[in-house]
Amino acid sequence: MAEIMHGRKALSSNPLKSSAPLGASLAYLGMAGSVPLLHGSQGCTSFALTLAVRHFKEAIPMQTTAMDEIATILGGPSNLEEALLNLTKRMKPSFIGIASTALVETRGEDIVGALKLIVAARPELQGVKIVYASAPDYDGAMEDGWSKATAAIVEALVEPAEGAAAASPFVNLLPGVNQTPADIEELVELIESFGLGVVVLPDISGSLDGVVPDAYTATTFGGTTVQQVAGMSRALHTIAIGEHMRRPAEILRDRFGVAGTLFPTLTGLEPNDRLISLLIALSGRPAPARLRRQRSQLVDAMLDGHFHFGGRRVAIAADPDQLYGLSMVFGGMGAEIVTAVSSTSQSPLLARVPAAQVVVGDLSDFEDLAAAAGAELLVTNSHGRQAAERLGLPHLRVGFPIFDRLGTAHRRLVGYRGTRDFIFDVANIVLANLPHHHPEDFARIPGEEAHDGHAVAATH
Amino acid sequence: MGQNLHTRIADIFNEPGCDKNVAKEEKARKKGCSKPLTPGAAAGGCAFDGAKIALQPITDVVHLVHGPLACEGNGWDNRHASSSGPMLYRSGFTTDMTEMDIVMGSGEKRLYRAIKEAISKHNPPAVFVYATCVPALIGDDIDAVCRHASEKLGTPCIPVNAPGFVGSKNLGNKLAGEALLDHVIGTHEPGAMAPNSVNILGEYNLSGELWQIKPLLDALGINLHASITGDARYHLVASSHRAQVNMMVCSTALINVARKMQERYGIPYFEGSFYGISDTSEALRQLATLLVGTGTDAGLIARTEALIAAEEARAWARIAPYRARLRGKRVLLYTGGVKSWSVVSALQEIGMEIVSTSVRKSTDNDKLKIKELMGGDAHMVDSIPPREMYATLKRGDADIMLSGGRTQFVALKARTPWLDINQERHNAYAGYDGMVDLVHALDRAISNPVWSDLRRPAPWDDAPSLSLAAE
Ligand code: SF4
Repeated sequence: MAEIMHGRKALSSNPLKSSAPLGASLAYLGMAGSVPLLHGSQGCTSFALTLAVRHFKEAIPMQTTAMDEIATILGGPSNLEEALLNLTKRMKPSFIGIASTALVETRGEDIVGALKLIVAARPELQGVKIVYASAPDYDGAMEDGWSKATAAIVEALVEPAEGAAAASPFVNLLPGVNQTPADIEELVELIESFGLGVVVLPDISGSLDGVVPDAYTATTFGGTTVQQVAGMSRALHTIAIGEHMRRPAEILRDRFGVAGTLFPTLTGLEPNDRLISLLIALSGRPAPARLRRQRSQLVDAMLDGHFHFGGRRVAIAADPDQLYGLSMVFGGMGAEIVTAVSSTSQSPLLARVPAAQVVVGDLSDFEDLAAAAGAELLVTNSHGRQAAERLGLPHLRVGFPIFDRLGTAHRRLVGYRGTRDFIFDVANIVLANLPHHHPEDFARIPGEEAHDGHAVAATH
Repeated sequence: MGQNLHTRIADIFNEPGCDKNVAKEEKARKKGCSKPLTPGAAAGGCAFDGAKIALQPITDVVHLVHGPLACEGNGWDNRHASSSGPMLYRSGFTTDMTEMDIVMGSGEKRLYRAIKEAISKHNPPAVFVYATCVPALIGDDIDAVCRHASEKLGTPCIPVNAPGFVGSKNLGNKLAGEALLDHVIGTHEPGAMAPNSVNILGEYNLSGELWQIKPLLDALGINLHASITGDARYHLVASSHRAQVNMMVCSTALINVARKMQERYGIPYFEGSFYGISDTSEALRQLATLLVGTGTDAGLIARTEALIAAEEARAWARIAPYRARLRGKRVLLYTGGVKSWSVVSALQEIGMEIVSTSVRKSTDNDKLKIKELMGGDAHMVDSIPPREMYATLKRGDADIMLSGGRTQFVALKARTPWLDINQERHNAYAGYDGMVDLVHALDRAISNPVWSDLRRPAPWDDAPSLSLAAE
């Protein structure tokens, strides 16, 4: 079990994490007809928006309450009110998700109370559902913001179930911030293949999946509808992915009586087997033939792929849940996690990462540790590209942001098929970087102590 | 931050070199040129963003952002300002303030320790320290920390006091300029200066554009001393007060620096652009004239004219094959950072038609120039709401849109060719060669066969047909 190390540095170099308000905004983008609104100064929205656009390569609606210095010092909710009115008038959203930022949290203000008054006083806002989550930048990272926003949506919009059960049975699916639109599509298809319906929250597979609509929309043009959220209390069950989705799942269970199952990760054979068992139990149906075939393909991929994982020295840096999920796959295929860096310390999963140590730190820690440990592969977001260049190592891009590769939204990492594809991706990187062997690689003078090297003879 | 910063901002709004300001009444000038933002309808970066953009191309120093994560964590390594040497400027450094720092008021201590760690790990010639909103709100005094650190640690620490909430990116550019004037420019005496030394202000060397210009200067024996700031080195900026002439390229961004360097060191400046063929020639002419005015031998003028003649002829010859293909093609120009008029004249030079151009960030002077160029202001727009922009493009009113990344997807989703001409772009379009490259890029974008394929109706929108088998 990993020992968790906290850095004591005052200087963060090459930040690994993206901010919590950005994570919250992405969750709000999974709602239909939505506009995320950051309560803070204009720059915070501008930076978050630019980064999100670089990642998704999509136009993204995101607004700001534009707190300038005077508004911040004087305080008071007038900017918030003005922003809600302006953006309702201009963009006609059906949903506005507000996230606070470090600035307004530092000033300290009763935003929840103010919001109630604004909504009550303003008839123009009646048609819009407005949800608020506190997500200061100085607390946690993307996973935390995403979780807080999802929890806020559940708290505000789910309505208690009354009367008979839903006519056609369905489950709630709560993807984490690490799931791509393709991941969500994969899981929906999987659940539907058992004859079950599914409500996804937040559903960025409808809003950030890179389609070309026939008309212009100022808000998101897909995603979970307010009505769908309202009915989540009538679900058979909730499936949540990632430890950071525990809170919204618990609200659904404790307040609305919907039992749930939390999967720390859905990459890998074992977690997917558990998911399928659950779906068999929930639906009372056998697994479709297609799934059996997919499982068999994954097993075959693991057989072919394990040669290229075995003994590989891998360095991973990510938000905690993603770090856990990835390290379980690498570790489970025989790779050695020589460096594990987490952006925050806020997940109980960190202790279960199959590595000697998990360092809570940044990408310069990652670079230094990976170099010292003789890592052969770097696994982190695009911000790791400078480290990869300097160390001359292959770099598998995962997580957020990925701004220097295309197709991120369509990369699938969950399910039997997603795991299969991931194994091939990694194996191909290893194959592309296989060293050519020279006599010196094997040059040990018989009878003397072997020199201490990291080289592992590759198996072809 | 306190009174200091406010006086400073008032000063900037009073900037006599800014043509927007001189035209204003005394009272309007006092109010400043920052339009108040509309909550819920605002776009654009903050003052900190602007300050960082202006200074980050000093490549050999540590740029340390004091604040909670978002200011640097969401924004680092996001531009293509190139370096011919040091790479330190591409690293992101921040104090990543925690709730504890804010509640306990230990931000200044953390900042000092961070400066110390940065110096001991990287040994830079200087550390630039940027204020952001939260430390400004709780009263962290970065000036004092920098003073203390400079003394104690022996490395110059430069406070850049432009917390985001004081205003726009443009104001941030100017505050960055003030930081240079106060703490950097004039602090280093060079040994011997190369003859005919000039500085360029407001050129960030995006995608290496500076390197498209430098050979022209080299050919004329003009020494580019410091680009403030693009592929810049700290000690060259610090000794830039010894140059003979300043050229200012990005409209109003660093006008305060140009004017005050003239005041303090007697360095004449002019405003010019390296976008477009005739603008490039004009800039070279002005550089030569000012250099001759400050002691360079008059032969430079004739040499400049000869170079211009040769380069223009070469550029036009290379453009000729594309002229016929691009003539009459309609462009929707929507730019922020690059001066609209210089792009307008560049496109007109090759016979393209400007459907409309945005002037939201242009000065009155800029607008006049555009009016002249386009014969009236019929097609000058302030800003176009995305919905309208989409409708315009969808109707096919333009053959291509030139804009920045923010509006990229409006064009693409309307299945219209698009070219990036803002600061995030990957291609260099400066000087004679840059203009030729821009023309190639325009042609590539417009004539890509993908557009006709993309505009085909989906099979379910077409009348059903069974004739496919025949093919
Ligand atoms: S507005 Fe302030 S808090 Fe937001 S990014 Fe800019 S400096 Fe940072």
